[in-house]
Amino acid sequence: MKQFLFFIKKEFTHVWRDGHTLFILLAMPLTQILIFGFALTNEVKNSSIGILDNSKDKASVELIARISASRYFDVVSIIPDNAHIDPTFKKGKIKMALIMPSDFEESLLHSNSAKIQLIADASDPNTATTLINYASAIIRDYQKELMANQDFPNTIKTEIKMLYNPQLKGSYNFVPGVIAMILMLLCSMMTSISIVKEKELGTMEVILVSPIVPLRVIFAKMIPYFIVSMINITTILLLSVFVLEVPIKGNLILLISECILFTITVLALGLLISIVAKSQQIAIFISLMGLFLPTIMLSGFMFPIENMPIGLQLISNLVPSKWFYHIIKNIMIKGSSLQHVWKETAILVGMMLVLVTVSIKKFKIRME
Amino acid sequence: MTYPIQVQNLTKKFDQFTAVDNITFKVKEGEIFGFLGANGAGKTTAMRMLCGLSLPTSGEAEIAGFDLNKYPEKIKKNIGYMSQKFSLYEDLTVRENIRFYGGIYGLDNEKIKSKTNTMLSTLSLLEEKNTLVKSLPLGWRQKIAFSVAMVHDPKIIFLDEPTGGVDPIARREFWNMIYEVANNGTTVFVTTHYMDEAEYCSRVCIMVDGRIDALDTPLSLKKQFNSKDMNEVFVKLARHSKRTE
Repeated sequence: MKQFLFFIKKEFTHVWRDGHTLFILLAMPLTQILIFGFALTNEVKNSSIGILDNSKDKASVELIARISASRYFDVVSIIPDNAHIDPTFKKGKIKMALIMPSDFEESLLHSNSAKIQLIADASDPNTATTLINYASAIIRDYQKELMANQDFPNTIKTEIKMLYNPQLKGSYNFVPGVIAMILMLLCSMMTSISIVKEKELGTMEVILVSPIVPLRVIFAKMIPYFIVSMINITTILLLSVFVLEVPIKGNLILLISECILFTITVLALGLLISIVAKSQQIAIFISLMGLFLPTIMLSGFMFPIENMPIGLQLISNLVPSKWFYHIIKNIMIKGSSLQHVWKETAILVGMMLVLVTVSIKKFKIRME
Repeated sequence: MTYPIQVQNLTKKFDQFTAVDNITFKVKEGEIFGFLGANGAGKTTAMRMLCGLSLPTSGEAEIAGFDLNKYPEKIKKNIGYMSQKFSLYEDLTVRENIRFYGGIYGLDNEKIKSKTNTMLSTLSLLEEKNTLVKSLPLGWRQKIAFSVAMVHDPKIIFLDEPTGGVDPIARREFWNMIYEVANNGTTVFVTTHYMDEAEYCSRVCIMVDGRIDALDTPLSLKKQFNSKDMNEVFVKLARHSKRTE
């Protein structure tokens, strides 16, 4: 046991001495949360649009005023005529154009239909759809107000309610993703590097010749990174609650326990990498390509898994981050309790047990 | 006469390749036993088996009185090992390295402290005790690595090409350290490919293609092969090697 303490102390010294790396590790959650929270967002805000108003009557001016008052749009261009629509798009000045017909108010009041044309730049299809939806909603609202004192027979009203995330905030989605990403990077990459480093230095041989039990060597290596991970999880949760205003609806203890479960799983993955990798570069490469990329692409954090071809969907089941992401999202955002996420938790526990067993077995074989 | 190292028909195969082919020898207590061979002759593999880093395919060995196949853990407490990489942690200070290695061999704090002091004053490195290893010259690191490998006063010390990459003066000084521990009764098992170093050994064993082709004192070997120095002995033996690098 005392040997073990010497070992842990040594590992802490390594981590502590390498100040630059430690700083990066601790600052990573901060930068990730800020980048995802404020820069990389898939919400559409202040999009540049152009307006071509052929009628310039009271109704059209009022509608345009409403649109430009919305926080989604920013009217940057008044287009003089039809011929100028295409060039304005091509210059990249606007993402959407709103074209009012010459007889807008007239047809609105006297015939039953007035037509407005919305043209969107669909080279980015998601943004285009979103912009069209926003604009249509504003136009619908305006229409509703106009018709307020008239009764329409047989209209179907849809009442839409966005559950759990009524403001449709993107941060609800990425906070769990960032936790998964950072734990993956930190635990798997850093542990594998620190073990492979000992192989490169030749110190691993000396340790294996010594009477210390190899398993303890491994545990000692994992402890500092486990602690750094816990600090990072705390940072992320604090930032998301107080800066991004993402609530933690579920049980905090359950949330933390799931994080610990996932941390152990990825630590075992890191150990497995260190057994395969001969050099630090290879360890970094394997953890980036084999673990970090799947976490981003196949966990459902960036791209919805339901839309993937069936083959990829099956593969995604092998990615621990997918299950972890699902669990964390449900606990944080929906307030799920263990009885809602027990299946995913069981899968993660299973993966953890398999990985820990395999890596410990493999490590022993190596020294023989 | 006691023999801390006794090896009987030791063999190591990697798939089809026989790295160490049925070697048998004994090493006397307090002897400096030189293990010579060209690159790929199998000397490092043989040594790794004796240290418990690698399992023999067949054969037996007794190290420090314990059977290699049965009690590898007991052997570990009684041997020291220094590899050609000198194996110190570069981001730890000299003192922290000694503390760590002393610690994993189960020495208590008092013992570690006194060991650190005697070790550093012998090496006249007391002033450098809080210096990071990475800022020390290679020759110093080598001496520290050797002292660290001796921190638990092992019965046998295994040195795997311990003088690689250091200058002749440092090598000379290093051999003085080896003589000293051998005089104090520690058995030294050293692999090398420097033939001048072979002259310093009590007995020399020359490996060619995984087998032991010659084993005797440097003096008798020179007589036997009618050579003026160990270099000539070695060239005469290694000439028949079938292994290429």
